[in-house]
Amino acid sequence: MPSLLNARFIAQCRSVLGAENLIIEPEMLRAYECDALVALRNLPEMVALPESVEQVQALMKLCYEYDVPVVARGAGTGLAGGALPVTNGIVLGLSKMQRILAIDQENRTARVQPGVRNLAISEAAKSYSLYYAPDPSSQIACTIGGNIAENSGGVHCLKYGLTVHNVLQLKFVTIEGELLTFGGSGLDAPGYDLLALTIGSEGLLGIVVEATVRLLPCQPCTQVLLAAFDSIENAGNAVAAVIAGRLVPAGLELMDNAAIRVTDDFVHANYPIDAEAILLCEFDGLLEQVDADLKKTKAILKENGATSIRTAKDSEERKLFWAGRKAAFPAVGRISADYYCMDGTIPRKHLAKVLTQITRFASDLGLKVVNVFHAGDGNLHPLILYDAGHPGEYEKAEQLGGQILELCVAVGGSITGEHGVGVEKLNHMCVQFSSVELRQFERLKAAFDSKNLLNPGKVIPSLHRCAEFGRMHVHKGQLPYPELERF
Amino acid sequence: MLEQDLTPDLLAQVQQAVHTRTHLKIVGGNSKSFYGTPTSATALLEVSGHRGIVSYEPSELVVKVRAGTRLTDLTQLLTDHGQMLAFEPPGFASEATIGGTIACGFSGPRRPFAGSARDSVLGCTLINGNAECLAFGGQVMKNVAGFDVSRLMVGALGQLGVLLDISLRVVPMPEAEITVTRTLSSAHQALELMQQWQREPWPFSALVYDGNKLMMRLSGAETAVHSAASQLGGDIDLNGDLFWRQLREQQLDFFRDAENLWRISIAPATPLLDIEGEWLLDWGGAQRWLKSPVYSEHIHQTVAALNGHAVCFRGSDKTDWLRLEPGLMNVHKKIRQAFDPYRLLNPHRFSPEL
Repeated sequence: MPSLLNARFIAQCRSVLGAENLIIEPEMLRAYECDALVALRNLPEMVALPESVEQVQALMKLCYEYDVPVVARGAGTGLAGGALPVTNGIVLGLSKMQRILAIDQENRTARVQPGVRNLAISEAAKSYSLYYAPDPSSQIACTIGGNIAENSGGVHCLKYGLTVHNVLQLKFVTIEGELLTFGGSGLDAPGYDLLALTIGSEGLLGIVVEATVRLLPCQPCTQVLLAAFDSIENAGNAVAAVIAGRLVPAGLELMDNAAIRVTDDFVHANYPIDAEAILLCEFDGLLEQVDADLKKTKAILKENGATSIRTAKDSEERKLFWAGRKAAFPAVGRISADYYCMDGTIPRKHLAKVLTQITRFASDLGLKVVNVFHAGDGNLHPLILYDAGHPGEYEKAEQLGGQILELCVAVGGSITGEHGVGVEKLNHMCVQFSSVELRQFERLKAAFDSKNLLNPGKVIPSLHRCAEFGRMHVHKGQLPYPELERF
Repeated sequence: MLEQDLTPDLLAQVQQAVHTRTHLKIVGGNSKSFYGTPTSATALLEVSGHRGIVSYEPSELVVKVRAGTRLTDLTQLLTDHGQMLAFEPPGFASEATIGGTIACGFSGPRRPFAGSARDSVLGCTLINGNAECLAFGGQVMKNVAGFDVSRLMVGALGQLGVLLDISLRVVPMPEAEITVTRTLSSAHQALELMQQWQREPWPFSALVYDGNKLMMRLSGAETAVHSAASQLGGDIDLNGDLFWRQLREQQLDFFRDAENLWRISIAPATPLLDIEGEWLLDWGGAQRWLKSPVYSEHIHQTVAALNGHAVCFRGSDKTDWLRLEPGLMNVHKKIRQAFDPYRLLNPHRFSPEL
């Protein structure tokens, strides 16, 4: 099939990047047709793999001149379709910009190119007894550029924050090809907080070509507790009690019975498989601090009905406790043909209520859900099991996902805690935001991208889309978006 | 505490201003008007009456508060529940409001170890320069739906919207806090020690050198802070709380009679800068206060060459108060345009161009 891109544009890209950094052969383009949201695919017209900041700038100038949409991509591990190619557009892969430019031991920072893998930063910093704190579960593969685009979290963000809390400076190429620096070498630069705005902007505002991230000293002591409960309610209440008990765990994770069984089968983590829920609760710091925290936590867990509490006796057992949690997704992959991973957040107090309701929604649709999530910060990851081979099941899974997200919003939470909106949650943005708020997002995007070329069609739903979606989901008897014409 | 929701009233005032293209000077407690450059607006939009706690549930670690609420009222409420704002904000006057604190984006001594004002913000409601009432973010710890507009408001000096309410993450107060001091005459040596210690996992919650003494605050479990104190060495200062409060509120002797007080934000390990004046090294070296008679151009250039930022925090030297390279200034203008197309809110608060 002939490319829809202008031949002159392609020729100029080739002269800027070199033929070796361009992919136009359809069979090679296949690798870029989707990210980890594999249900949605679209073949890009071309993939550009620049090797330098200058090449990114030159490429952006060309895209701007020829009005070619650009979708930036890191490792393609995103779960919301943020890197899904757009029709008539190119994919800008940052995988060749993967150098760690400097580890500054004195200032405890790492200066890295966007294609550097998350875990590679901590590996490089390890010899200085430093590490990079945000640890999304895909950290072996995902890149810092993608983490910045999504404002990624991870198991330890309860104590150490999200990506936005751990980035000091970004180098950023605009759609016009201009190179800008946001932030600085210190903390809290004067002026508008461009770091806060760009981190989590999902490739809609520009291309991050370099990041300086904060490194933390490795902690001398880490310990983890595994507590079992005979009801989700008790486990949920225990989470709230730990937080109210003036404790700040490094991680606080909850798994329900379905998750316990499926992961224990897979990695033999020796979980109590009859428990309705388990909590994994980790503390780190000085030995004295960890001892004090563990003592307090055990008492709180007992008071809240823990049926058993185990402390990992050594680092091997600690790893085993975590192995189950970390293997939850692949383990679910073994028992179900397909699964759909959701990502909503809720106030912790609604945990038990929301989980019960999710089970009810699922059984109404004849589907099963496995729950593993970051309980400490109320970030749910219900895994909806389905079989794409059965006609109509994917649609049902999508429907259930939508119901779950609307429930999250209804109890005061959010439609996405850490995976981003991408294309997946466009409809649900209409639930979370009003039309004036969405228009404010549009104006903000236009401030950076007046031609709407950067990851167009992602994150911000058109008002017509919301009107269409709203027609199916009338809330409180009110027709949403009354100012819009109806077709 | 007086509770009052003035949203309809404030919205009507901004609507009227949009209609008549009247520039508005947003005022909370008027405790931080010294900061930045004066706005050219003369019509007042008074927010301090819009006050009260909208919701607070200690076990959720979130408080939602109206912008005009006094900072002292909020901190008292949190203290009563064994919690606090992690960024330890200065008030500079008892009238200080949480809205003004967030609009200025000021953080206190705990900032390098517990995060900034911006880091604590989870959501907000605002009125933009089109007189639209908008809500962003929320009351949950993690929320990546849409652009992070609520954090963008922090430090924007009210130019992107009138803050109505703010949801903030709160943290438990540490079980114990102790202050340890070491007398050191060499600033160079003090700076080196601060860097060495920050590379190690000590439970610091503040680290400062005031020209004579290196002061550190340790926070956490009783046993942990005492163990750390004995390993780090130094004298325990039982009046430490007073020192940190005076540092935060700029009431130490150092801050008296400063004609021009500069805030230098820079990489913490940067060697002592060659600028004449008196220095106080806060945030483990990342925030440096300078009292200097030196011409602003020299200060700006020296700091910019080191990839840092300088602002004349207090004083009369407002020449090019916010230094931005042209590309960045352009981005600022476009963002301002996106929120406040008629530039009605606090115009000129950063510079004549904004």
